[in-house]
Amino acid sequence: MSQAAATSAVSTDPSRRARLAEFWYYFSENRGAVIGLVFFLFLVLLAIFAPIIAPHDPTAQYRDAVLIPPVWQEGGRAEFLLGTDAVGRDMLSRLIYGTQFSLFVGVIVTTLSLVGGIFVGVIAGYFRGWVDTVIMRVMDIILAFPSLLLALVLVAVLGPGLTNAMIAIALVFQPHFVRLTRAAVMSEKNRDYVIAAKVAGAGHGRLMFKTILPNCMAPLIVQATLSFSSAILDAAALGFLGMGAQPPTPEWGTMLAEAREFIQSKWWVVTLPGVAILITVLAINLMGDGLRDALDPKLKRS
Amino acid sequence: MTVVLEARNLVRDYHIPGGLMKKAKTVHALKGVSFSVEQGKTLAIVGESGCGKSTLGRILTLIDPATSGDLLIDGNKIDITKGDLTPEMRRKVQIVFQNPYGSLNPRQKIGDILTEPLIINTKTPADERRERGMAMLKKVGLDERHYNRYPHMFSGGQRQRIAIARALMLNPKLLVLDEPVSALDLSVQAQVLNLLADLQDEFQLTYVFISHDLSVVRYIADDVMVMYFGEAVEYGSRDEVFADPKHSYTKTLFAATPRADVASIKARLAKKQAA
Repeated sequence: MSQAAATSAVSTDPSRRARLAEFWYYFSENRGAVIGLVFFLFLVLLAIFAPIIAPHDPTAQYRDAVLIPPVWQEGGRAEFLLGTDAVGRDMLSRLIYGTQFSLFVGVIVTTLSLVGGIFVGVIAGYFRGWVDTVIMRVMDIILAFPSLLLALVLVAVLGPGLTNAMIAIALVFQPHFVRLTRAAVMSEKNRDYVIAAKVAGAGHGRLMFKTILPNCMAPLIVQATLSFSSAILDAAALGFLGMGAQPPTPEWGTMLAEAREFIQSKWWVVTLPGVAILITVLAINLMGDGLRDALDPKLKRS
Repeated sequence: MTVVLEARNLVRDYHIPGGLMKKAKTVHALKGVSFSVEQGKTLAIVGESGCGKSTLGRILTLIDPATSGDLLIDGNKIDITKGDLTPEMRRKVQIVFQNPYGSLNPRQKIGDILTEPLIINTKTPADERRERGMAMLKKVGLDERHYNRYPHMFSGGQRQRIAIARALMLNPKLLVLDEPVSALDLSVQAQVLNLLADLQDEFQLTYVFISHDLSVVRYIADDVMVMYFGEAVEYGSRDEVFADPKHSYTKTLFAATPRADVASIKARLAKKQAA
């Protein structure tokens, strides 16, 4: 039975559908990745349908229900399933709305740093010489700063807020992509198939982005998913330090910051946003592993 | 017969920049090599590792420029440093590499590998490209069903066939074969060599066959050039060179070739018993 599935997976049909089937076959081999993907899709749905799902307005303050514990604890109330925070806002609704911000931060930061990093990295690795030296020294300088500190400085310059925090984090993450791309391009550049494409008449642009780049994608995809999760973490950290999303935005890091004074007495105000960040990051990392297995033909068993 | 490829006094130097503690050096990889090949003929270039065979191959395929000397393809002088490398010239010379595992892009399907040269160099519409790719695939002894597979699904011999098919997609006049069978096992070597011979007859191809395997050279070559430390120490027709090697290196080379004919095996056994 699985044999039949295997032969159909490596079908010779060039259509998009067949390619998708092939991709799914290899992706679904990895159980952790499927779990990660399911949870990630769940988060995406949560983010999209937050206004419908959330039982309360995330910024509405219920003055008679301040610091109510979750429903299963003594003193919990059924209308606040996960309790309320210090000014009487529903934790569940705030967590649900928080997914919007976290996913948004992850997507924007990863896209910005990935696109920029790949472009600069391919150019550095392909042309070498003084172009490479200049680019890599600049990247070394960025890497020499502690990343959160640099992000903090940038936000301080640009002014606090979620958008500026995202730009700052993207800038801080960029050198990792540049280095990774450059190293991969340099190792692929002198392979025979690249020379063959050159002999066939391919120009610089084609060689860089069509011949070499697709062969460098596997480490980049893993790095992208990793940085998706660390972008969420860094945005939360900036929020925690008061430089990211500003209250009353229901961003997970900002929620943690507001709950600082209750760390020892009211566990749910601190733990729940923390757990949300943890599970999200874990799910995305698992998914990244599966993506790498599925996208790299070199790892496929034929 | 028309001369397809002519090289006059090709020189290639590599400059090694000096560092703090060492002086800059110049390595002479090619020290003035001249030869010419007629259409439909095969020139075999033989020599040990590091003698400049592959450097010469890279110059002939217009990948690297020569430091000095003239390279004439189809009667036209080409100097790639001066930028007179037109798509038409590019199409005339193609290359097949030694290692079939590194010469095919692992991310491209066979069909894309074969049609890429057409996309780059011609304005052939997509369905005609596909047709020509399929036709070429059959010509090198593979099937239409292989068209949408990835290189990692093929054996070494099949990959080398694909590499040959790709080289032929642009109807080149000259094919540089850089040790095309040395990575294959013996029975597959014979198949690929026969395929190359058939294709040569069919398309009137000119081969420059770089090798260190004398038995292969004896089978496929018309002319033989023996290289030693960047110089052509012997150059002549196959029979001349094999019958009467003049340079001492060529003699050593022939003496080092293992002989497997019955007479020589018997002689060796007799020698062993006598001892």
